[in-house]
Amino acid sequence: MSQEHFDALIEADERIEPDDWMPDDYRNTLVRQIAQHAHSEIIGMQPEGEWITRAPSLRRKAILTAKVQDEAGHGLYLYGAAESLGTPRAELLDRLHAKTQKYSSIFNYPTPEWADVGAIGWLVDGAAIMNQVPLCRCSYGPYGRAMVRICKEESFHQRQGYQIMLSLSQGTPEQHAMAQRALDRWWWPSIMMFGPPDADSPNTGRSMAWGIKRFTNDELRQNFVDATVPQAELLGLTPPDDALVWNAERGHYDFGEPDWDEFARMVRGEGEIPDLRIGVRRAAHDDGDWVRAAAAAYADKQAARSAA
Amino acid sequence: MAADLFTHVLRQGDRALVLSHRLAQWITHAPTLEEDVALANISLDLLGQARHLFTYAGELEGEGHDEDHFAYWRDASEFRNPLLVEQPNGDFAVTIARQVFHDQAAVLYWESMSDSGDTTIAALAVRARNETAFHLQHSAGWLIRLGDGTDESRRRAQAAVDAMWPFTSELLGADDEGALRADGLIGESIESTWQVAVADILLEAGLERPTSIEQRTGGLHGAHSEHLEPLLHEMQGLARAHPGATW
Repeated sequence: MSQEHFDALIEADERIEPDDWMPDDYRNTLVRQIAQHAHSEIIGMQPEGEWITRAPSLRRKAILTAKVQDEAGHGLYLYGAAESLGTPRAELLDRLHAKTQKYSSIFNYPTPEWADVGAIGWLVDGAAIMNQVPLCRCSYGPYGRAMVRICKEESFHQRQGYQIMLSLSQGTPEQHAMAQRALDRWWWPSIMMFGPPDADSPNTGRSMAWGIKRFTNDELRQNFVDATVPQAELLGLTPPDDALVWNAERGHYDFGEPDWDEFARMVRGEGEIPDLRIGVRRAAHDDGDWVRAAAAAYADKQAARSAA
Repeated sequence: MAADLFTHVLRQGDRALVLSHRLAQWITHAPTLEEDVALANISLDLLGQARHLFTYAGELEGEGHDEDHFAYWRDASEFRNPLLVEQPNGDFAVTIARQVFHDQAAVLYWESMSDSGDTTIAALAVRARNETAFHLQHSAGWLIRLGDGTDESRRRAQAAVDAMWPFTSELLGADDEGALRADGLIGESIESTWQVAVADILLEAGLERPTSIEQRTGGLHGAHSEHLEPLLHEMQGLARAHPGATW
């Protein structure tokens, strides 16, 4: 196994598997990306998880519980994919808790109203799907295969979010207003989920050459806007962008420039929410120390008993 | 006054809903990601059972009430769940002890209901029995691991068993359902089977079975501990702020 073999697999658009030789940079890029994705799944459980106990109908409560449960499951597959590159889950969680690895800054926005649950499903999961569908063809096999399953579940998540928005927008005037407020809060953050403009995205070229990434940030962003604007119209809601207009010549919507300074602040983890999110994670982990220790001690005793 | 079938079904629905809600409170706070998944899954099964039971309660009552009416538009004193399920989550050991006592009763209850003369409940019982058998496997497995794990886990597990024990007698049936039993609508008493099965689990976990702890009851008749009202306040707040809205 060698660089030559690796290059040939990439050239042929075939999968790299855990036992294949791979360049250190490729391995490190993947661990960083998969870990950040896994962390985003489990941190992303928090803003929605807080609404399970307040969901306004039993049907919504059931759907939201299933969604948040899926996200924990996604975290598990992704940590598994990262482990196949030689980095154990416990180590990645330590890095998350120490804030040396990041999660998607989209989860550092507040979710003060029920409609935010709908907007997250519709817009945030919608943007995530746009980002993630190409990853199903990622050159690294375990990641690509995990993404196939994750994307199927994400499309259910997006539908449930849109259904919440539909119920609210067609509901009472108060519900409709709540839906519009949520769209106002989540529109720009969702647009920024595709990352900085291509001109400012230093890693894009290499990730595309390696078959980790398949489309540029700006291509995906345009796809998202084109798909989402008609959905907003169907809801009778208005995205908070005065520059948003159909451009018949391009066959795409033109749209305004996001506030990239805000994006940079969110990526740096400013504001009180990042501490809150990491605090919940660390507390769960620390409070669970004795439980994990008990499970390990019991497993050791069982192993000793069966050896005796 | 003898309880009618409506009251019986409501008691079961309230039990499932309140425990489902308690387990949902663990999501994102569990000791491992696997437990986040497991507790969410059990919560979801119980929620599904509650929804079926409330829908059926609405049919029995005949006043056009749907599942959400029973969950969102009744006050604490109208809830008929056993006190055990409204007890706060505490540490993981408390949650597990509460769950073992509940799950063992639920498995036996649903087994006894598969022969009910009421065909709706008998049909529900088949599915619910299978679900609760998995729940019991999970909770009993954890109680054994905690009891036979480290010194700390053993101490916490015993404290949890002692703390939850006073709420167990209500799980074994109500004192006003004799007529339903005589009519073949509900099954035989599960009490002696439950006592033996729980004693076996505690034995395997190396934990003491509490004996002389006084039992607390009242939930089945609407006399609740101080813990139910805040739970309902959180659950019902949004729905009640928008009367008549659909979601």
